[in-house]
Amino acid sequence: MPDVAIAGFAKAPNVRETEGTTNGVEMLVPIFAEVFAQTGLSKKDIGFWCSGSSDYLAGRAFSFIAAVDAIGAFPPIHESHVEMDAAWALYEAWLKIKMGEVETALVYGFGKSSAGQLRRVLALQLDPYVVTPLWPDSVSIAGIQARSGLEAGLWSEKDLAEVAARGTGKDVAELLDTPYYADPLRRHDIAPITDGAAVIVLSTVERAREIVERPAVITGIEHRVDSPVLGARDLTRSPSTEAAGKALDLDGVDLAELHAPFTHQELILRTALGLGDGVKINPSGGALAANPMFSAGLARIGEAAVRIHSGESRKAVAHATSGPALQQNLVTVLEAR
Amino acid sequence: MTKQLTAVLGTGQTHHRAKRQDVSMPGLLREAIDRAMTDAQVEWADIDAVVLGKAPDLFEGVMMPELFLADSLGATGKPLLRVHTAGSVGGSTALVAASLIQSGVHRRVLTVAYEKQSESNAMWGLSILPPFQMPVGAGAGGYFAPHVRSYIRRSGAPEHIGAIVAAKDRRNGALNPYAHLQQPDITVESVRASQMLWDPIRYDETCPSSDGACAMVLGDEAAGDAVEGGAAWIHATAMRTEPTTFAGRDQVNPRAGREAAAALWAEAGITDPMSEVDVAEIYVPFSWFEPMWLENLGFVPEGEGWKVTEKGETAIGGRLPCNPSGGVLSSNPIGASGMLRFSEAAKQVMGRAGDYQVDGARRALGHAYGGGSQYFSMWLVGSEKPS
Repeated sequence: MPDVAIAGFAKAPNVRETEGTTNGVEMLVPIFAEVFAQTGLSKKDIGFWCSGSSDYLAGRAFSFIAAVDAIGAFPPIHESHVEMDAAWALYEAWLKIKMGEVETALVYGFGKSSAGQLRRVLALQLDPYVVTPLWPDSVSIAGIQARSGLEAGLWSEKDLAEVAARGTGKDVAELLDTPYYADPLRRHDIAPITDGAAVIVLSTVERAREIVERPAVITGIEHRVDSPVLGARDLTRSPSTEAAGKALDLDGVDLAELHAPFTHQELILRTALGLGDGVKINPSGGALAANPMFSAGLARIGEAAVRIHSGESRKAVAHATSGPALQQNLVTVLEAR
Repeated sequence: MTKQLTAVLGTGQTHHRAKRQDVSMPGLLREAIDRAMTDAQVEWADIDAVVLGKAPDLFEGVMMPELFLADSLGATGKPLLRVHTAGSVGGSTALVAASLIQSGVHRRVLTVAYEKQSESNAMWGLSILPPFQMPVGAGAGGYFAPHVRSYIRRSGAPEHIGAIVAAKDRRNGALNPYAHLQQPDITVESVRASQMLWDPIRYDETCPSSDGACAMVLGDEAAGDAVEGGAAWIHATAMRTEPTTFAGRDQVNPRAGREAAAALWAEAGITDPMSEVDVAEIYVPFSWFEPMWLENLGFVPEGEGWKVTEKGETAIGGRLPCNPSGGVLSSNPIGASGMLRFSEAAKQVMGRAGDYQVDGARRALGHAYGGGSQYFSMWLVGSEKPS
């Protein structure tokens, strides 16, 4: 089975609201051009294309079909799509290279969160018979999760503010002086609403060496899902992240890109993956700086990969999440080899 | 070639009906999953991962329903993937599940696809008009009818060909206890007497709208070897996509379908599919797509598909039985329709197709398409391991 590496990454500007359509074409065309320029590849070099996006975010059926227009898919292409964060599209592409079907793959994710009321849209991910009718929104569910940890003594509001301060450079005391947004969460505890897109080029390690000097080799990739029943889960832990981490070799990781849309979730993930103080966390700013739905997880992998390319990291872990309160998690290990 | 041998260990499906209001979504899925796991003789502990597919979330009104379904899919604590590639999704989902084994990552994978349109309103889901796009102003029938008219003009096919397909598929469906429509007495004449909906497509030449699910358990070589009576071995897989609209696009005989089929036959080492394939489960939501896809798939030269249909060669007992299960014309739970084609192909080569078993079926095609005839997925399965 060939080893797989990340050879290129590009992302659209992370903005509060794009003027483009919800099918992502306006965000994708420039970043496809960017990643092709970066890698020296062209459309015809790509053996497999895979994307991640959501019809509900776009407010229409089959939004991913319209996104194919960004590719110029003629002659026809070998292509697939997951209704998930594009980190899982990367997993599907990784399989295609592993099984020897293709040598290169291009993975993209896109989402225009500004098209609707995000926290209300995400309530539609819950059990439609007994939970969604109550309309618990995503921020409120995260608030319940944060509250559980506070009451269990696992973290304090100051701990949460420190997570936010690391990324923003703001003063912890000043952050704690701000009012609650959704008690116990303050504005700085919550990821911004972001429109965006990201693209990654994957290939066999052999091929990647022709493209970048230090390819980011995927030495492990695992994902798991937890129960959707919020009342049946210990919300202060992430068993699916723990299980994914246990199946990987995280020894010697020096950098982590964690997809934590809430400050307390970063603490849960660090514990789940056993990341100590020596690990640099979210040098990109993470999801708290920009949280483009359906590409933020893929972007975590890309941000870790470019830091392997540049020599800033030797071994990095990247994480993606999906669903309410960290329900589903993917963890990948990237190494310079 | 580094692909690991992969086999279908067992299949299951629901009874398909217009509205399955006797079950919730988890109940519907478990009906198919439990049958597939019994057929495959596996327990939950044997399942390494779950892959779910379905068409647009708007059809049920739940965003990414695999999240709330995780427990009922037996996926909690395991890897769970969700595929969505329009109407071809049931096929694409099976191919993603297969790739989990072909890549050597897992030993046994559960895959399931479904649609429960009675939970929401599919016409509403399809009717949202995004800005800056020309509205089609039609449902699927209105969209595809011009392609059929164009096919008739190009091929010179006589107008009763569609009715032959419809009568055959519905009568086949009457042999399948799971099929939505049970019409053992339908005839070419009665189809031709049914109401015209979208000229030249009549009411009886149109797929129903169904609630239903389909599941399969796939396994590696060791798991396939252990199947009593023999597993269905995957000989080849293919997927292709092209854009919905562009100048000069051939929508009747799309290049994406032709190239997917060519790749499939090449991988399977097949040079004459008409002679070397014993049975085909082809995605035919409107009767005329049988001859159209026979040509697109390379079974016959362009313009010749209707002659095969007219001669009765696509009936059970014919040279290439097409849709002996009754096909999409007898059951259409959209997201599951592609996986039904793939699993019915597997059932034929496993000798488990009951009253619609094709004698001596050794190699079978499963085919699905979606979008505006622009997404194609297919596999070829065989009773023997690929050589």
